[in-house]
Amino acid sequence: MFIYVLKRLAEMIPVLLVVVVATFFLAHAVPGGPFDKERPMPAEVKKQVEAYYGLDQPLHVQLGNYIGNLAHGSLGPSMKYPGWTVNQIIGARIPVSVILGSLSLLIAILVGIPIGVIAASRPNTWMDRLPMGLALIGICVPSFVFGPLLALVFSLQLGWFPPCGWGSVSHLVLPSLALGLITAAPLARLTRGELMEVYTLDYVRTARAKGVSPTRVRFVHALRNGILPVVTYLGPAAAALVSGSFVVESLFDVPGVGRLFVTAIINRDVPVILGTTLLYAVALLCLNLVADLAKAALDPRTARDRR
Amino acid sequence: MSTALTNTSAPTETGWQRFQRDRTPVIALWFLVGVAALCFSSPLLTALHLLPDYKAQDLALGPVAPCAAHWLGTDLLGRDLLARLLQGGMISISVGLIATTVALFVGVIYGVVAAEIGGRFEDLAMRVVDIVSTLPLTLIVILCTVVFGQNIWMIFLAVGGVSWLTMARIVCTKTRSLKNRQFVEAAVALGQSRTGIVLRHYLPNLSGTIAVYATLTVPGVMLLEAFVSFLGLGVKSPMTSWGMMIKEGSDVMEQCPWLLFIPSVVFAGTLLSLSYLGDGLRDAFDPRTAKK
Repeated sequence: MFIYVLKRLAEMIPVLLVVVVATFFLAHAVPGGPFDKERPMPAEVKKQVEAYYGLDQPLHVQLGNYIGNLAHGSLGPSMKYPGWTVNQIIGARIPVSVILGSLSLLIAILVGIPIGVIAASRPNTWMDRLPMGLALIGICVPSFVFGPLLALVFSLQLGWFPPCGWGSVSHLVLPSLALGLITAAPLARLTRGELMEVYTLDYVRTARAKGVSPTRVRFVHALRNGILPVVTYLGPAAAALVSGSFVVESLFDVPGVGRLFVTAIINRDVPVILGTTLLYAVALLCLNLVADLAKAALDPRTARDRR
Repeated sequence: MSTALTNTSAPTETGWQRFQRDRTPVIALWFLVGVAALCFSSPLLTALHLLPDYKAQDLALGPVAPCAAHWLGTDLLGRDLLARLLQGGMISISVGLIATTVALFVGVIYGVVAAEIGGRFEDLAMRVVDIVSTLPLTLIVILCTVVFGQNIWMIFLAVGGVSWLTMARIVCTKTRSLKNRQFVEAAVALGQSRTGIVLRHYLPNLSGTIAVYATLTVPGVMLLEAFVSFLGLGVKSPMTSWGMMIKEGSDVMEQCPWLLFIPSVVFAGTLLSLSYLGDGLRDAFDPRTAKK
């Protein structure tokens, strides 16, 4: 187990390296630069600025320098916010996105999975149709509609929570609900679909026959077998949540990583693009590892090949 | 566990006959066929003067609520909403079809093959999925737009590029858990070939998960299309899509609610039918749930 985790962590290094190199060339191949403005910079000034950031050197030298700095833990200076390093910019935003993302993930799991379990226990009755209809609304309604609707009802009409901003617990409520409920919907559908199959298996019938309470059969016996695809889905979904959502962060004016990433692409701020991509990659790889470990614990058959 | 192979329905009944027995999925199928036919015949309807041109503006008219002249009302530039809805449907349905096809063929085959070969190959294959899902899609789309020009095909490329990833991951996990089941061991012991095991044992047991996840992919990619178009990289005005119409409608939801409401209802209705269809197909072709 310990060795397996170490092996997976070691595997991350080449994967991250490939991601860095590919993103580096992508970011440099895209036309337009961080210093392009409506009024062009005088040629001498531009040359000096580019020399300061090392942009006058050949690409492979720049890449070498970047990876060298990365090995020392430095993501380099931002080209759009002079005087700030990328570590500082991203570092200030990570806690915001992680707090918001974890809360949304918790909401998604606590709402989505029980709804799926309940719906699967009474297939094709109102206890199935009603929650699945609601889940479907959650899947179809995009966050750029759901977010403003939440703000309209709970903030402008009822005045319970602030419509946007960041800084107190009440600011967390609406954005985490928007993100969490939208993620809960696919979880509910996946859980229902899997459990419908598991409920037909012999061991579930045995558990019922020996008098285990129906709730315990559903949530303990059956869920453990039916949750594998849900956990697999949760790996990338959790990575997307903790590394920030552009739409929700923009709507509720939350200073998170998702907005930083899209702004950096629009600004062609290459070091920030690389930094945020790297952050997402690390989050994705780590959370997929967590998902794989969880799957191995839940279902030992998936752990390692016997054949 | 070995019940997976016991067939509980009448031996002469095909999956298709079982599918037709349940009414909801059949209605859903006809609804989808109807919507798609209507959307794809909209250029013909316009040519026959049965439908206004989707790009004909009437600035003096402006936005009007649904009325006799414009059944579904008009948008901010006075363009007929019904015509735009049908034109947008062509784009959105195509995006959904491409995504489903790629997810079903590339995603499922990739996942099953990776898990069946196993070992280092599987590790490598899953790391490739990790890398592809990490690369910033926006940058790739911008780059392709620069190289190939702003083109509707960019949308299909972007959608095809991402729709198989999570499907491959889910299929791989599920196959790995099937791999050690007794009925697969029995098939191996009986000398069943690897292809045979994949086709006769893995795919039927995966069908439920695949059907549910495929219906989850479609709304995701239709909204992804809206995001890419929102960045100015996909569908070019005056053309539109359902995702873009919902996006534009959400900006004016207090002044012209029908611009948000009507596209959302059509979008949701299509996806609702799609998921009922997915569930119906799953129930009909999965031998274990077939009896119900």
